[in-house]
Amino acid sequence: MELNGKSISNKTSILNRVKNSSSLGDIIIILVMCTLLTVAVGNKFLSIDNLISVCRQFSFYAIMAIGMCCVIITGGIDLSVGSVFAFSGVVTCMAMTDWKLSVFSSVLIGCISGLAFGFLNGLFITKLELPPFIATLGTMSIARGLSYGITGGYPIGSLPDSFKFIGLGYIANIPTPIVLMIVLAMVFSFFLRKTIAGRWVYAVGGNEEAARISGIKVDAIKILVYSLCGLMAAIAGIATAARLGVGQSTAGQGYELDAIAAVIIGGASVSGGVGNVIGPILGAAIMGILRNGLVLMSVSAYWQQAVIGVVIILAVSFDKLRNKKK
Amino acid sequence: MDEELLLMRNITKNFPGVQALKNVNLTLRKGEVHALIGENGAGKSTLMKILSGVYQKDGGSIVWEGKELELHSPMQATNAGTSIIYQELNLMPNMSVAENIFIGRERKKHRFILNEKDTILEAERYIHEVGLNIDVRTKVEELSIAKRQMVEVAKALSVRAKLIVMDEPTSSLTDREIAILMDVIRRLRTQGVTVVFISHKLSEVFEISDRVTVLRDGECIDTLVTKDCDESQLIQMMVGRPLTDIFPKSEVPIGDTLLEVRNLCAGKLVKDVSFELKKGEILGFAGLVGAGRSEVMRAVFGVDRLTSGKIIIDGQTLRYHRPSESIKKGLGFMPEDRKLQGLILGMAVRENTTLASLGEISNACIINSKKEREVSLNYIEKLSIKTTGIEQKVNNLSGGNQQKVVIAKWLAIKPKVLILDEPTRGIDVGAKKEIYALMGKLAAEGVGIIMISSELPEVIGMSDRIVVMHEGCVRGTLDRKEASQEAIMNIILRENMRKV
Ligand SMILES: Nc1ncnc2c1ncn2[C@@H]1O[C@H](COP(=O)(O)OP(=O)(O)OP(=O)(O)O)[C@@H](O)[C@H]1O
Ligand SMILES: [Mg+2]
Repeated sequence: MELNGKSISNKTSILNRVKNSSSLGDIIIILVMCTLLTVAVGNKFLSIDNLISVCRQFSFYAIMAIGMCCVIITGGIDLSVGSVFAFSGVVTCMAMTDWKLSVFSSVLIGCISGLAFGFLNGLFITKLELPPFIATLGTMSIARGLSYGITGGYPIGSLPDSFKFIGLGYIANIPTPIVLMIVLAMVFSFFLRKTIAGRWVYAVGGNEEAARISGIKVDAIKILVYSLCGLMAAIAGIATAARLGVGQSTAGQGYELDAIAAVIIGGASVSGGVGNVIGPILGAAIMGILRNGLVLMSVSAYWQQAVIGVVIILAVSFDKLRNKKK
Repeated sequence: MDEELLLMRNITKNFPGVQALKNVNLTLRKGEVHALIGENGAGKSTLMKILSGVYQKDGGSIVWEGKELELHSPMQATNAGTSIIYQELNLMPNMSVAENIFIGRERKKHRFILNEKDTILEAERYIHEVGLNIDVRTKVEELSIAKRQMVEVAKALSVRAKLIVMDEPTSSLTDREIAILMDVIRRLRTQGVTVVFISHKLSEVFEISDRVTVLRDGECIDTLVTKDCDESQLIQMMVGRPLTDIFPKSEVPIGDTLLEVRNLCAGKLVKDVSFELKKGEILGFAGLVGAGRSEVMRAVFGVDRLTSGKIIIDGQTLRYHRPSESIKKGLGFMPEDRKLQGLILGMAVRENTTLASLGEISNACIINSKKEREVSLNYIEKLSIKTTGIEQKVNNLSGGNQQKVVIAKWLAIKPKVLILDEPTRGIDVGAKKEIYALMGKLAAEGVGIIMISSELPEVIGMSDRIVVMHEGCVRGTLDRKEASQEAIMNIILRENMRKV
């Protein structure tokens, strides 16, 4: 009997995984939203151009959310991503315009700056034993302040086209940011599901003490996830600067909350131990489609905030109810 | 006395993949102590959780004091007059003892304001009733497991219920506390309270219970009057076959020194401890609760910082004193609390079994899923872990099977030295014997084993040598030939005498 159960579960494993994971709820929500929008505004929503622009828009959020997801799986939180997003963006732009570095080295410097902020977060949390909320609240302010400081608050423009390609270009007819998101998602998914360090990320979130006794270097894992989260925020920030053609110290305000929301809508638990990469992408997609739909239906920006809040609560409660029934 | 308090009739309960209970009948009389026994996974805890409203039954009926009772929530069960101490402790570590005792039933004044004075006074009363000598304002996280267990008992008493269920209350207690608990239960009986007592230790069942119900594989085998039956009869009913020779201790040649601990000091509880362990040896650690045995092992393994001392494994001195280093050198450590320190409850059996040995089933840091499945299937079979499969969450396993998963995790690192802290806690007689046999087999393969246990018969039955600890110091070492309960107690008592 047991053998039977096993073979069945093997065959349907992918279907089952989708059915049992919180992704199903998110997919349903996305489909419902798309249907409603098509009915409401027709081709304005369902045109290829619009759909691609929606995807490009949410890919920036999704990239940040993937990093955030790793942090949340360990039971932590990172409030600094919005500021790191801006900081890395302006650092990259300054490197190109003021320091006259090549696009490649500038982007590299930008990424390293994000990684460094994440690394700092990790150090504060593990070595100084600050609660993640406090540590990242601090770095959130530091990174924002630095961005204002080094730019004097002015946007940095006149960027080379080869840089703008990251935000505006196409690879095989797909916008670069979307390609970037897909590649990063695949890398992170592999990392979380297949590598030792990935397994340890879940273990630390599941039970830190048991993880430590099992020989897991808890501190190292935490430093790693915060560094990765900082790096992902940097990538999103650089790509956004490339898309807009300017590096702004005001960019990314409040993005930390969007990233957290995307992760939570995607089914991760703030108490740690659960979550996957698909979740935050779907979460970001839901928010992206919603924003786009509201704009198309000419709902004022003031009301959009409220609607998004309602959707966050609906998406998460949908999940909770379904789990309870099981 | 013979009046019925509760009838559970034809109770069935299914979980995905297992039928945990099949038409189980249970009758509880007023003022009786009713023992519930059975192997790991027999369904004892499940039956009690149905009674307390945590699980919903799939079929059958519950009659409480003559009236049919439909339970949908733990609150209803509490209101009806039941109180349950779960197998896995349920205290809030960050709250005080007093707050924990009255959680959900807070003492208040003017309807909304917490009445701290009453809370503390009443909590003190119950804490004294269970023989604890602690400040009720201490946080629970500062207490040892045994003390936490007694706080749970105090909490159950404070409900003033007609029925108190105790799911393996003694598994983490030492003799002194067990004696107190037995007194508490006797007192409850004279007050007309019904007690359901679950335990894997048959001696306790005989000591305290009036009647005993045996479950096996989710079926009710029989209910008997305790004084009319004997131990082998109960074992046979539980296991389905007779069991002989519980301690299969075989003579194994003792080899060279594997582990040497010299002048270890750590925290407040470990004072200048030295001992050594040889290849193929089983070294028992005996002592009262609070003797510092677990603390010594935690320091040896590198979970807790040590203040001074030297640890040498197989000729190599440990440098960093971290679990990762100890594991690399071939040291395994099974901690005493499986829920808090042993398992990642939200993870599957597969992930838990391989957690400490991922390096061995990986290439370049990438986990080989096929090997991982093989390893965990192998240990499920080897330890006969009862689970629907390797993907089952350990949270859903019965207590004893969870324990086996922790053992599997440490066997998977192929240890040279294995430290087992209360390895048979909450494990049924059959499985206990399997674990003893496994220890014997490992010893024969040349593994050195350290076993901390509060059950003296088991320490005496399995150890080649026994280290007796008291108040953080090693007080004596006994050879297998000299070992007896009296000899061990003598060493401990002698110390107490000297102090007076
Ligand atoms: N929530 C759950 N989901 C799935 N299966 C479960 C769940 N709870 C219990 N089971 C299964 O039901 C069976 C009975 O478990 P139960 O905890 O009642 O055993 P037990 O008699 O208390 O054993 P032990 O002595 O080890 O505590 C086991 O096979 C267990 O795996
Ligand atoms: Mg149980």
